[in-house]
Amino acid sequence: MITAVILVISMFALLQFFISYSRSLIAAFSTQPLSPQVRDVAALHGRDVSGEEFVRLVQLARLCPESRSDRWPVSAVTNYFRMLNFVRTISNRLIPSMKAWTERERSGCAYFAAITLDRRIAYSRRLMAQQLSNQH
Amino acid sequence: MLGPLDYVFWLVTALLQAAVVVCAIRVKAFLKYFPLNFYMLAASLFTAARYFAMHRYGFVSAQYFYIYYYSDVLLTICLFFALMALFSHVFREMGAKLYIRLGAITVLGLTAAVSYVLASRSQDWIMSKHGTQGKVVYFIAELSQNLYFVGAVLTYVLWGALKKLRETRTQLIQLVLGLGVYLSALAANYALAVLYASQYPKSVVWRIVPDLMGLWLPIAWGYTFLRVPESARLEPSRVVSGRPRPVAGTR
Repeated sequence: MITAVILVISMFALLQFFISYSRSLIAAFSTQPLSPQVRDVAALHGRDVSGEEFVRLVQLARLCPESRSDRWPVSAVTNYFRMLNFVRTISNRLIPSMKAWTERERSGCAYFAAITLDRRIAYSRRLMAQQLSNQH
Repeated sequence: MLGPLDYVFWLVTALLQAAVVVCAIRVKAFLKYFPLNFYMLAASLFTAARYFAMHRYGFVSAQYFYIYYYSDVLLTICLFFALMALFSHVFREMGAKLYIRLGAITVLGLTAAVSYVLASRSQDWIMSKHGTQGKVVYFIAELSQNLYFVGAVLTYVLWGALKKLRETRTQLIQLVLGLGVYLSALAANYALAVLYASQYPKSVVWRIVPDLMGLWLPIAWGYTFLRVPESARLEPSRVVSGRPRPVAGTR
């Protein structure tokens, strides 16, 4: 009985910590607005970025040279996004009221992916500029 | 027996734990978060010691068994003090250092007492064929499991305090949350093992969760030390509710 209580409390705490940790990574990235360049490149329109765009944006970001500083957040947020998809699939059948929450969170993940793409494009441009200046 | 993947986990974990200390020294955060770095350093050394014990005496030897459990409880106690150091950082301005130390020792003492009572009532303790040393191992295994759970609960309390006090230091928030994931995953895994290990003794879950968490903590802390500047600030409401985001526009 005590073990079952420990299990439930630990699972609840794990979920809370993982959600908050992922949000802290997203929030740390999402303080900056999206540049018009990345909006053009990724064909993003409107104020928010839809959760449906996450996978496409991450794929686009993976085409750019990787900056070592965002490897871990991208991996953690991708896992958070997978968890949200799982919750969405279940909640659509069992708890429809959760749908709005999962959509909002997925949109946050997509915004994070767009910022990552933005940063990687900027990083590629810096690399290119460095190479050009070294050639001259 | 152990497979190649186990050896890879072993090596990568030890390297990552040592890397956290190197990262902390590099960004001059070693002394500021000394208990956390001391834990990582000790974890790295104990991981290496376990490997050498396994290599020399074998995975099913008594020597490896004792080294595993003794090092595990020492590391859990170190982690407990690392958590108390995070409490001190949060409540620094209130001058509550002494109360936190007293509280930590009291909680540790109580957990040890409860663990002793629980261990001494178990069948394994009564039927122990290894005499006093065997009983000590049962006690420290119980203490270790209980400390993971107590640690997870205390980290949750600390996270609650961070939210209440509107703490904005990104580094501190991410260190606490990373530790919370680690402790609660291990506490849940121990509870699952107690409930189901007799039915599924060969399940890979009992081993893969501690292995994965062994990677999680050094990566999460290493990233925080290396990539999150000390001056970085975070609005707590954005972590609690995930909102608001800045209005999209030009930079």
